[in-house]
Amino acid sequence: MLTNISNVLRACVQRNQVATVLISARTYADFTTEATFEIKKCDVHKLDEAPATQVVLTRDEGLQYYRIMQTIRRMELKADQLYKQKIIRGFCHLYDGQEACAVGIEAAINLTDHLITAYRAHGYTYTRGGTVKQIMAELTGRRGGIAKGKGGSMHMYCKNFYGGNGIVGAQVPLGAGVALACKYQGKNELCVCLYGDGAANQGQIFETYNMAALWKLPVIFICENNRYGMGTSVERAAASTDYYKRGEFIPGLRLDGMDFLCVREATRFAADHCRSGKGPILMELQTYRYHGHSMSDPGISYRTREEIQEVRSKSDPISLLKDRMLSNNMASVEELKDIDVEVRKEIEDAAQFATTDPEPPLEELCNHIFYNNPPIEVRGTNPWSKLKSVS
Amino acid sequence: MAAAVTRFFLRGAGSKVPNTGVSTRGHSSFGATLLKLSPSCNVRTKTQRRHAAHFTFQPDPVPTQYGPTQKMNLFQSITSALDNTLANDPTAVIFGEDVAFGGVFRCTVGLRDKYGKDRVFNTPLCEQGIVGFGIGVAVAGATAVAEIQFADYIFPAFDQIVNEAAKYRYRSGNLFDCGGLTIRAPWGCVGHGSLYHSQSPEAFFAHCPGVKIVIPRSPVQAKGLLLSCIADKNPCIFFEPKILYRAAVEQVPVEPYTIPLSQAEILQEGSDVTLVAWGTQVHVMREVANMAQEKLGVSCEVIDLQTILPWDTETVCKSVVKTGRLLISHEAPVTGGFAAEISSTVQEECFLNLEAPISRVCGYDTPFPHIFEPFYIPDKWKCFDAIKRMINY
Ligand SMILES: Cc1ncc(C[n+]2csc(CCOP(=O)(O)OP(=O)(O)O)c2C)c(N)n1
Ligand SMILES: [Mg+2]
Repeated sequence: MLTNISNVLRACVQRNQVATVLISARTYADFTTEATFEIKKCDVHKLDEAPATQVVLTRDEGLQYYRIMQTIRRMELKADQLYKQKIIRGFCHLYDGQEACAVGIEAAINLTDHLITAYRAHGYTYTRGGTVKQIMAELTGRRGGIAKGKGGSMHMYCKNFYGGNGIVGAQVPLGAGVALACKYQGKNELCVCLYGDGAANQGQIFETYNMAALWKLPVIFICENNRYGMGTSVERAAASTDYYKRGEFIPGLRLDGMDFLCVREATRFAADHCRSGKGPILMELQTYRYHGHSMSDPGISYRTREEIQEVRSKSDPISLLKDRMLSNNMASVEELKDIDVEVRKEIEDAAQFATTDPEPPLEELCNHIFYNNPPIEVRGTNPWSKLKSVS
Repeated sequence: MAAAVTRFFLRGAGSKVPNTGVSTRGHSSFGATLLKLSPSCNVRTKTQRRHAAHFTFQPDPVPTQYGPTQKMNLFQSITSALDNTLANDPTAVIFGEDVAFGGVFRCTVGLRDKYGKDRVFNTPLCEQGIVGFGIGVAVAGATAVAEIQFADYIFPAFDQIVNEAAKYRYRSGNLFDCGGLTIRAPWGCVGHGSLYHSQSPEAFFAHCPGVKIVIPRSPVQAKGLLLSCIADKNPCIFFEPKILYRAAVEQVPVEPYTIPLSQAEILQEGSDVTLVAWGTQVHVMREVANMAQEKLGVSCEVIDLQTILPWDTETVCKSVVKTGRLLISHEAPVTGGFAAEISSTVQEECFLNLEAPISRVCGYDTPFPHIFEPFYIPDKWKCFDAIKRMINY
């Protein structure tokens, strides 16, 4: 990690040396190392306090989060491209537009905490520690994929990240179970349990609110409200679109999910709430997905192009962070561009890997069905091909 | 906080990608051949090749008895059936996730505009609620057509179907029933659907007296059978082979008509082997029958079961009495699949007529796989091979 930081720093220094010749001298020391920002106030439900509205961002953090959001964005755009080339097939749900959610949440919890989400999982897989290569190779169904190429777009997992769940709503009670384990083991860990505005109408969610509150579980329920569940806008699907209040007896926060700083601050607040033993808390992140629901949805039959354009131009999470950094002299245009170039390269390399890595061997069809030792035979229909399940 | 920043840095440092090696890949056309080899013997092709469909849709002769026909694919024939229903039954309502906009597979396109938003409406995302609500609508006397977006997503509603819908008539001593309820759901493999967009869950429901389960093979069948389900006085589950929505095109009667439930159809008469299937697999069987005739001189009788519950034992058993051999094929895993029920019944009824053990060619006992779909599906080669074995028994 230190190497990485120093690489970034070295790059800055070099660039600035060149710059000296061309324009006025500006050294690394000239940048503001941290700045305080005024962020939007959260709406609160059943809370006496609220997250701070003045937050500090350091230059190093800003650069890092910029890079991470940009990586997720570029990764999704690459996936879009590979899908159109029919290299990725099946059902593929992209996360571009919602980057500030994954990155803001992750910035406020620890990797030892736990996280579970639905099928729109590429961004979280990355922030939880998966590599772009592993994610892209999973999308193309290759051996090096994060689930050995067996899952595809909806099914990605890594340490303390429980997926990647295809059945809408099903992950929510699971998250509460994980939170019980956190509580039981007493390590002051918590579980972040994500779902969409559409999923918020599944009965399981309400069952889980009750259990979590009853047992005071350290779980942060997070509803990523991107205004649509497939083609249905929130107003058409929900009797109350105040998702942060729908836990009734569970305290809630509603905030701007397009602003990384808001998400980070509110998640810190929520995490403190959980860790202090007060039980569950609910957050509603108001966000937006740029792509259609999945790759087979152009995403413009139930919303207008103007609406998408408006969000893109006025509240894009990456532009927001970038503008803040630039207007406060926390970074230079060139160094952000350099990050972009590096990110692009990483994505290209990963895509190259994901299209050349071999597919998993046929044995994988049957592996990991049961826990078993010795291997068990899997029934199929060809008497001459006996496949075994090994786990 | 510092910890969080640190974490993000870590990612850049070295990938955890496992080392690679030689792998196999298969295509439906030669999946069977590949499977015989040791998987590690095969060298994969460089580029990602995509598989042609594992079946060829075979349209039926144009029906003449129901008046004028129009060219329709399977989703359009569903729309046509629903259109007829809404037009002729003022109590009929249609609901489900996104159906007002036409649904994921376009089956309800235009119906909201034609019949109004009170009769064709979107539900929130809540399958248990959708089916439970449908039962209520039906018990109150209306005709309810509920769509579950994919058969894979019917399980949150499993309890409502199995415990509420199926048992309502019985447990109320015939006072109440939800016979007006029909549940439609896209079903079966689609080429790249992976774990949660490919399943064929008919056998789960076949274990449940009180619901009917119907699966059509073509646009003409789909319309007639769906209209029968809607008219039937029992709750019905109507599974639509999603791979056929666009791939299957036929001349379909415009006016309403019904095709009787619980009646299998003999599509081709034959004397040596009976082939039983439903949905997409019927087309595989038809092709297999041709292969068997051409390559082996074996005459196959092809039966489309159409209704899974209650199923037409008579047609199947009569056929097996004649041929002495039975092959059943479905995409769902072999263990506990509906082929097991058919096989068991037939051996009871036709024991002395059997010339060979009954064969089942089905999916593997695995979750529906992602990239291994071509290996997984019971394609024509696997079925053909089973016929050879039966003949040589
Ligand atoms: C039980 C179940 N029903 C239906 C689906 C099909 N489906 C997948 S995503 C989705 C919409 C979910 O919307 P939302 O929760 O808002 O998440 P978003 O896609 O906006 O991230 C639907 C209906 C499913 N996967 N599982
Ligand atoms: Mg949504």
